[in-house]
Amino acid sequence: MSPAPSTSAAPRATRAPGATVIEIDGVTKLYKMGAETVHALRGVSLNVRRNEYLAIMGPSGSGKSTLMNMLGCLDTPTSGRYFFGGKNVSTMTDDELADIRNREIGFVFQTFNLLPRSTALANVELPLVYAGLGSTARREKAGLTLANVGLGDRMGHKPNELSGGQRQRVAIARALVNNPSILLADEPTGNLDSRTGEEIMQLLEELYAQGNTIIVVTHEEDIARHARRIVRLRDGLIESDVSQA
Amino acid sequence: MNRLLYEFTESVRIAWTQIRANKMRSVLTALGVIIGIVAVTLMGTAIRGIDTGFQNSLAMLGEDVLYIEKWPWGPVEDWWNYNNRPRIRPEYAERINRVIAGTPNSLLQIAVPVLTRGCSVKVGDAKVSGVFTIGTLAEYARLISADYKEGRLFNEAEAGSGRQVVALGHDVAEALFPGRSAVGETVMVNGQPFEVVGVFAKQGEFLGLFSFDNQAVLPLTAFQKYFAGRQDASIRVKVTDKLRLAEAREELTGAMRRVRGQLPGERDNFSVNEQAAFKAQLDPVKQGIAMAGLFITGLSLFVGAIGIMNITFVSVKERTKEIGTRKALGARRRTILLQFLIEAVSICLIGGVVGLLLTYGLVAGVGAVFPSFPIVFSFSLVFVGLAVSVATGIVSGFAPAWGAARLDPVVALRYE
Ligand SMILES: Nc1ncnc2c1ncn2[C@@H]1O[C@H](COP(=O)(O)OP(=O)(O)OP(=O)(O)O)[C@@H](O)[C@H]1O
Ligand SMILES: [Mg+2]
Repeated sequence: MSPAPSTSAAPRATRAPGATVIEIDGVTKLYKMGAETVHALRGVSLNVRRNEYLAIMGPSGSGKSTLMNMLGCLDTPTSGRYFFGGKNVSTMTDDELADIRNREIGFVFQTFNLLPRSTALANVELPLVYAGLGSTARREKAGLTLANVGLGDRMGHKPNELSGGQRQRVAIARALVNNPSILLADEPTGNLDSRTGEEIMQLLEELYAQGNTIIVVTHEEDIARHARRIVRLRDGLIESDVSQA
Repeated sequence: MNRLLYEFTESVRIAWTQIRANKMRSVLTALGVIIGIVAVTLMGTAIRGIDTGFQNSLAMLGEDVLYIEKWPWGPVEDWWNYNNRPRIRPEYAERINRVIAGTPNSLLQIAVPVLTRGCSVKVGDAKVSGVFTIGTLAEYARLISADYKEGRLFNEAEAGSGRQVVALGHDVAEALFPGRSAVGETVMVNGQPFEVVGVFAKQGEFLGLFSFDNQAVLPLTAFQKYFAGRQDASIRVKVTDKLRLAEAREELTGAMRRVRGQLPGERDNFSVNEQAAFKAQLDPVKQGIAMAGLFITGLSLFVGAIGIMNITFVSVKERTKEIGTRKALGARRRTILLQFLIEAVSICLIGGVVGLLLTYGLVAGVGAVFPSFPIVFSFSLVFVGLAVSVATGIVSGFAPAWGAARLDPVVALRYE
């Protein structure tokens, strides 16, 4: 089953960036390991606007995942400020953060993180459960989103009945189902062979064309090439921030 | 709010798939709860059964009856003081009735004399020994709340004219006249011929100790003539209002003292007994059953609760990454708490239902083998059983579920 990517051969279109979604300012993150302190982030400032397609690159241990968790409101900075859609995230309670993650952020993980005993449809419905949507509306919305990632005929399958690429498509549908402001993917192709990885990147390209804002963490240049802007990290600091056509 | 409802149904769905995927583990974990529920419901059944049986027996004796007798019911230490009491004569009944008639607004209705002994009852070759034989007056019918399978008790005319008539207990009649009518037949009571005028309906027995169906009731005159010389009688007195038993008892004591001609200040030389004495003797038995039952219940539920707690901890550990994922997708703390609580409660509920089914089977089995054993499986036991199961689930699941709810999402997502 192929998703029939439409933009693969066409010249890529870059959409004009819109309002600022993410604004971080001098963010640091320390991890205390006994007597030792790890500086995962040493003072990162970054703005991301609607309609951007951004790749975060850097060597292993440079703080990419730490930054991503911060952007996704899974983690709070040790110091510095973080505004999401103009709201100060650093002062939010656990439940407020959970609601932001539910409504504004879509996560895609390297290891897919699907619920193993639930069908593709049930997996995609999960964020809608937390959003308080009724079951008929859930099923309809989840079904449409699955169809949009090319899995309209796999809704009743459990994760172990799907290929790696298909699993990641389910995970992407789950991330998108609640119409988030931003899609965060931490090494989304890390567990896939290069051909399947390329298919996933085509899908992200399409989703970008449909109007989604995307941040991808990767350490592969091939993957990063899909993005319109590349931020490079080293030792917890931004080394470069380049927009490309 | 709708969201909570959806989270709840989703949690129930996940809990059941989880339990189905780990059937063996879940059943083994539920074992303690199963035993606990069986223990608590069996205990309840037994205590209720004893109560029911006892109430039935009391109803047969007549709940609103006082007994004037030489000896008090229950243990006495200074037996010699009682031994010297004068004999209780059947004639006292009539004299008490006269006092009652002379008392305005008396709380007493009627006094009836009763003599008892064990006799054998025979018809041809068929014989029943140890029949509880009662000699009394026709007014006895007003004391007891008995139904008749056929016929009736002898009437005043029959009793007064010295006719030898008898009303038989259900089992006695059934043994002597299997499957046919006994009324009109003649039976030999300790060798004396008596005509059967009635058969009591089946009344049952009390814990197999004493059967009300193994009795024969015949007129006092005939009883005195053949079976008893100077035996102590029991004067049974029916009261008008069983809620004012204490006052009635006082009135009866006064009446009996007048009959006996006792002087003021002199100690009663008779005892007024009531069924409350029986009840008091039964309480330690019930308490014993309750203590043993509660101990077993408590122990097995404790073991069960630890098992559930352990399995919930294991489940949380196994699914740490899933918890992280759910939090990333917007699950709040209470969502996760609810999910694991529901899982623990579900296992307990399965244990509770299995336990109730086992108890139901046991009770039905005992009921089939010993029909006279008064045990009852009631709806309230089902309710108690399920409530105890849910409580066990909540108590034992709370600590692990709370731990899961408080997990840092980043730490949970990193967990391998
Ligand atoms: N929970 C933690 N406790 C202690 N140290 C941590 C923790 N998380 C991250 N670190 C440390 O912070 C630094 C940055 O980690 P991070 O996971 O962000 O790197 P990364 O750029 O994503 O690397 P990779 O490409 O290997 O995924 C590392 O040195 C790591 O050891
Ligand atoms: Mg990483």
